Amino acid sequence: MDASAATSVEPVASGATSKPQRPWLRQRSGSVGERAIELGLAACSLVSIVVTIGIVVVLLYEASGFFAHVSLGEFLGDTMWTPTFTDNQHFGVWPLVVGTLMTATIAMSVALPFGLLAAIYLSEYAAPRTRRMLKPALELLAGVPTIVYGFFALTVVTPFLQGWLPELGGFNALSPGIVMGIMIIPMVSSLSEDAIYAVPDSIREAAYGLGASKLPTIFRVIVPSAWSGIAAAMTLAVSRAIGETMIVAIAAGQSNTLSFDPRGQTETMTAYIVRIAQGDLPTGSIGYQSIFAVGLVLFVMTLTMNLVSYRLSRKLRARNRT
Amino acid sequence: MRDTDVPAAKMSTRGLQAWFGKQQVLKGIDLDISARRVTAIIGPSGCGKSTFIRCLNRMHELIPGAGSSGTVTLDDANVYDPAVDPVMLRRRVGMVFQKPNPFPSMSIRDNVLAGLKLTKSLNKRRPAEVVEKALRQAALWDEVKDKLDKPGTSLSGGQQQRLCIARTLAVEPEVVLMDEPCSALDPIATARIEDLLHTLRDDYTIIIVTHNLQQATRVSQRTAFFLTGECVEYADTDRLFTSPGDRRTEDYITGKFG
Repeated sequence: MDASAATSVEPVASGATSKPQRPWLRQRSGSVGERAIELGLAACSLVSIVVTIGIVVVLLYEASGFFAHVSLGEFLGDTMWTPTFTDNQHFGVWPLVVGTLMTATIAMSVALPFGLLAAIYLSEYAAPRTRRMLKPALELLAGVPTIVYGFFALTVVTPFLQGWLPELGGFNALSPGIVMGIMIIPMVSSLSEDAIYAVPDSIREAAYGLGASKLPTIFRVIVPSAWSGIAAAMTLAVSRAIGETMIVAIAAGQSNTLSFDPRGQTETMTAYIVRIAQGDLPTGSIGYQSIFAVGLVLFVMTLTMNLVSYRLSRKLRARNRT
Repeated sequence: MRDTDVPAAKMSTRGLQAWFGKQQVLKGIDLDISARRVTAIIGPSGCGKSTFIRCLNRMHELIPGAGSSGTVTLDDANVYDPAVDPVMLRRRVGMVFQKPNPFPSMSIRDNVLAGLKLTKSLNKRRPAEVVEKALRQAALWDEVKDKLDKPGTSLSGGQQQRLCIARTLAVEPEVVLMDEPCSALDPIATARIEDLLHTLRDDYTIIIVTHNLQQATRVSQRTAFFLTGECVEYADTDRLFTSPGDRRTEDYITGKFG
């Protein structure tokens, strides 16, 4: 998407300066009508870029207001997060970061094995017909609204888990983490399956030709060959887990102290932002500004994961071309 | 002119037929492959020569919709017997493919060891010795001995193909099938592989499919000419190319078609 946006924007930009020379291969569209269409299309592709830049600017602006009051040292050094308290305010972001990483880790420990094994089944074992039916069915899971998953976590999974773990709270990190993992399985399996399916048959033949049977071929040859694609799927999934909001907002509870216990309440960065944004804190107050600081942390984390994923999948494409 | 005395057949086919779906690609092949010789299979594209060798190690049946009938024997045992595990058969009848296909996730060393590791048959053999022996057999040792940990895919095309040959030899097969192993290689790399074949035939029974008639005359002792799924002629290579017994063979080797 980015690449197409860049190439379609370029002619308009140079056309606006009305230079007589045009790129030799890209003839200017003749009629006024076609020019208008071209401009319209370019505008469409610009929208997402402009909005993204706008979001970053707003985040930085509001976060700068926050950091005028709170030093970066306190933000990253304190382990209490109570910006909305009237006294005893603490601005250590760690409780939220740990809550986010904990639920994301639980989600990944569900999504990773199940997603990968589902991908292996779909690509290497399922008959073409089964694959054609199962893959879209699995992808439908991704279309379920996350609020539904949230209620599922709160009203079904938590009570069920309490049967096994009596000390599990009504709000906890474990249950939304697991449900989030289930939600992410289709994403992991679909992207991993693409990567595994893309491993050339010549590689499978080489292994079979050596007298390898199916299981070692899959786990020691094919999956490692698809590894950069699978890793890209994993990083995207982690990014999704970090950014997921509704499930944790509903089922994880609230917490302003550092806790590593998945059985107790926890609060993620996203859930905190929801809670404050829905509250009645006045614009410009420190509590209001704090959500932008947290949003910035979230943005940096997911952006990093997406960049890693992008680089991994580009590496995969480059290698598949040779 | 009589064929020279040939050793006992290592592999034989009788009435071997093969299909892709409804399309028949082999129409009853009877062939005896001599032990410790290089046998070339020549013929125009689509004549079934690749399918033929893929039937010998039961790789053909891996393709969806592919089927075969008739018998193929290895040391007088039918390889299509239900009791035969195709996986075990392929350890005795190795294969080198048209395009070099080293495992992209593995180093040069691990590529050579791949067959043994994947089949858990490394047992008491010392990996370093296996690697050196196989790479020497494939005439690749001197070029890669200092970079065994580099990825197999970092080598040139010709080196990759010799790596694939080393990988096949490391399993110590009795028969090596080669499906146009030089078609993706330049003339110098091709010459190296041909030299290699001369040394390998002392220890292995080799069947090579080739488009290149000169290559068949250079490397093989016996040649079979395939045409539209049938074996038209099978004779000593010298004889087949100097005095072919069939008009169609003569037309093909003199370049009238193909």
